[in-house]
Amino acid sequence: MAKTIMTADDSASVRQMVTFTLKQGGYDVVEAVDGKDALQKLSQCKVDMLITDLNMPNLDGIGLIKGARALPACKFIPIIMLTTESQDSKKAEGKAAGATGWIVKPFKPEQLMAVVKKVLG
Amino acid sequence: MVMDVHVQAYREEAYEYLAELESSLLELEDHPEDADLIGRVFRVMHTIKGSGAMFGFDDIAGFTHEVETVFDQVRNGQMAVSSQLVTLTLAARDQIKAMLAASEHGTPVDAAESVRIVAGLRELSGKGDRDAPGVTAAAAAHGGETEPVAVTYRILVTPVAEIFASGTNPLALLNELRELGPCQAVAQLGRVPAIDEIDPEHCYVAWHVVLTTDRGIEAIRDVFVFAEDVCELKIEVIDDGSASGGYKKLGEILVEKGELAPDALAEILASQKRIGTLAIEKGVHPEAVTAALVEQQHVKQQREERQKQESAASIRVPADKLDLLVNLVGEMVTVQARFTQTAVERRDPKFKAIAEEVERLTGELRDIALNIRMLPIGSTFSKFKRLVRDLSAELGKEIEMTTAGADTELDKTVIEKLNDPLVHLLRNSIDHGIELPEVRAAGGKPRQGTVHLAAQHAGDSVILSIKDDGAGLDREAIRAKAVERGLIPANAELSEKEIFGQIFAPGFSTAKQVTSVSGRGVGMDVVKRSIEALRGSIEIDSRRGEGTLISIRIPLTPAIIESLMVMIGGNRYLLPLSLVDQCVLFPKEDRERCHGRDMVNVRGRMIPFIPIRERFGLAGKRPDIEQIVIVEMDGMQVGLVVDYVIGEHQTVIKSLGPAYKDVRGVSGATILGDGAVALILDLPQIVQSVENEAA
Repeated sequence: MAKTIMTADDSASVRQMVTFTLKQGGYDVVEAVDGKDALQKLSQCKVDMLITDLNMPNLDGIGLIKGARALPACKFIPIIMLTTESQDSKKAEGKAAGATGWIVKPFKPEQLMAVVKKVLG
Repeated sequence: MVMDVHVQAYREEAYEYLAELESSLLELEDHPEDADLIGRVFRVMHTIKGSGAMFGFDDIAGFTHEVETVFDQVRNGQMAVSSQLVTLTLAARDQIKAMLAASEHGTPVDAAESVRIVAGLRELSGKGDRDAPGVTAAAAAHGGETEPVAVTYRILVTPVAEIFASGTNPLALLNELRELGPCQAVAQLGRVPAIDEIDPEHCYVAWHVVLTTDRGIEAIRDVFVFAEDVCELKIEVIDDGSASGGYKKLGEILVEKGELAPDALAEILASQKRIGTLAIEKGVHPEAVTAALVEQQHVKQQREERQKQESAASIRVPADKLDLLVNLVGEMVTVQARFTQTAVERRDPKFKAIAEEVERLTGELRDIALNIRMLPIGSTFSKFKRLVRDLSAELGKEIEMTTAGADTELDKTVIEKLNDPLVHLLRNSIDHGIELPEVRAAGGKPRQGTVHLAAQHAGDSVILSIKDDGAGLDREAIRAKAVERGLIPANAELSEKEIFGQIFAPGFSTAKQVTSVSGRGVGMDVVKRSIEALRGSIEIDSRRGEGTLISIRIPLTPAIIESLMVMIGGNRYLLPLSLVDQCVLFPKEDRERCHGRDMVNVRGRMIPFIPIRERFGLAGKRPDIEQIVIVEMDGMQVGLVVDYVIGEHQTVIKSLGPAYKDVRGVSGATILGDGAVALILDLPQIVQSVENEAA
């Protein structure tokens, strides 16, 4: 069965690109427009991996990661955060909150796939 | 293109964000302390920058970065919002909008304006002189590219107990290591507590891994890039790829890894038991001993393989040396044939035994010599990729070329001689076959056409095929053209294959317009001639609207062929055995029954025949019982009348030399066992010329 990956990002173009790339790679994708939306969807459906932006309205990426780790179903899933090079402190904060890894923006579809394969095993 | 859709989506989104940015900024001017508003501005800048770089808007990303940096400071309370800042940011917003518009319409933006805004922003944030870092590429280039050497590493992976809470799967890490090269992991269970103390959400296992890879230590560290906080990692080089032969003793490995104290080792060595058993008695964990043993085995194996590889390494030899070798082997085969024949005549069993031995060795030598010249056809394929790209661009077509069987081997000289015909056929497919994108779309096909070039082995030959999904051949147009050119009579009843075969006739072209690419009406006949010169054959299959498939069958080597030896008027001739279908007797009575028409009934089928004796104007009396060799060419059977058939013959083909290059009906010659010369008949050419005379 295809694994399901959630992409949480307030930028529709990034979501579109992530979704397109993952679907090409044979994954199912759930989209969420911000941290709040993501958390609500996570409690409803089973997701094998989460890719989240850090800067989002309503609930930001760090809040989402903490919230997700508190859900039993998401306790051990890989969580990848999208960061920019100017956010080293954020990276550490995200790791502390329970993120598995990160992708530095801008990234190419191949880089995204490489990271997904890496953490999903 | 897929990417264009994303780019367009980005543009639309960016325009929305810019509108939001404008209203937020204006609001911010009235409420300069509003953290929510500041956060919103930062987020918009951040998104425009991040996505911009992703979809190739590097100018926008670089410029927006400057604005974002300033707002990061505002957000962190290092800087206050001033009306000056708002003015500059609004100007920046207009500038980004102009950049977006420029990417669509191509009118360049005023770069001086960007510089002015950036300078103003830097001055505000008080770092006017310092150079901003700008946008850096995400992927760091790998350092110092040197010849990769396979190095063996010992990697000790000790995850922290809470590793699972970070979403990291240690087994995925080990699997990733395995992708780098030969790898063996031994789980270390020393930290596993008693069962009532086990927390199932914790990880107690560590791994000792031995890995051989040529990707360098950085590639190993990359595997653990996300896991460096949750995993203790120790990487050591244990074999740098230069040494060969044996590896360290078990005891040495254990001491080196700190599992065993050196004096304990000395003690163990003093007694004479197996060291592994003794080390365990000394308190070393059994898994640690296993790991050391695995390491020993692994390195030994790597070194042995390296030695093997070194001795099996290839050497470069000039091609003409190989050609010379093949020529000499050809001579050798000829001499050997004479030798064998002499031995048979002598009736000396001892002599004959030697001759047979020489025959066997010569055969092997011939096979090896011919094999040395075999090359994969792949290099030619990749050359064609460029051709297809350039041509399709020139013609305004969208064409993708796919290939298969690039590793199929063919004789070097054959590959060279195949180049021109293949280029011609590809050009035809691109120019005449594949339609313009609009035409394709209208016909319900994908805009992009494909040309598939494939090579595969089939018995003692290689089949090359060029397949396109273009318009296909127009049967009626070809027929009409062939009639117009006088190639076939207007009322001729031809099979589809025969009609398609017409395009190989000299001077045939159905292109409505002559283009610079192809369609000069020369070519297809030349293609056919060149393929036949390689003793190959060419076939066309096509379906209107669906595409065309051209298959070329080429024998593996050109220098030595199996042939059928026949006798005509006291001379021996050779026919390529691959074309021969059957041999039948042709007695005088049958001949008289033909009444001058060159047709014979063979097992209920009427087959046309060519009396070679008459054709070549050979003197002498026809024997009472002749034989007919029936050959098959282009799906048609033709008989050749000869005096009698002698048998199969291994034929080393010799060219007749430039003086005889215009001789028709003969493709080459060979030297027979007794030193005599026999001619090799050019059957396609003979049949063709008889057909032409009849028409």
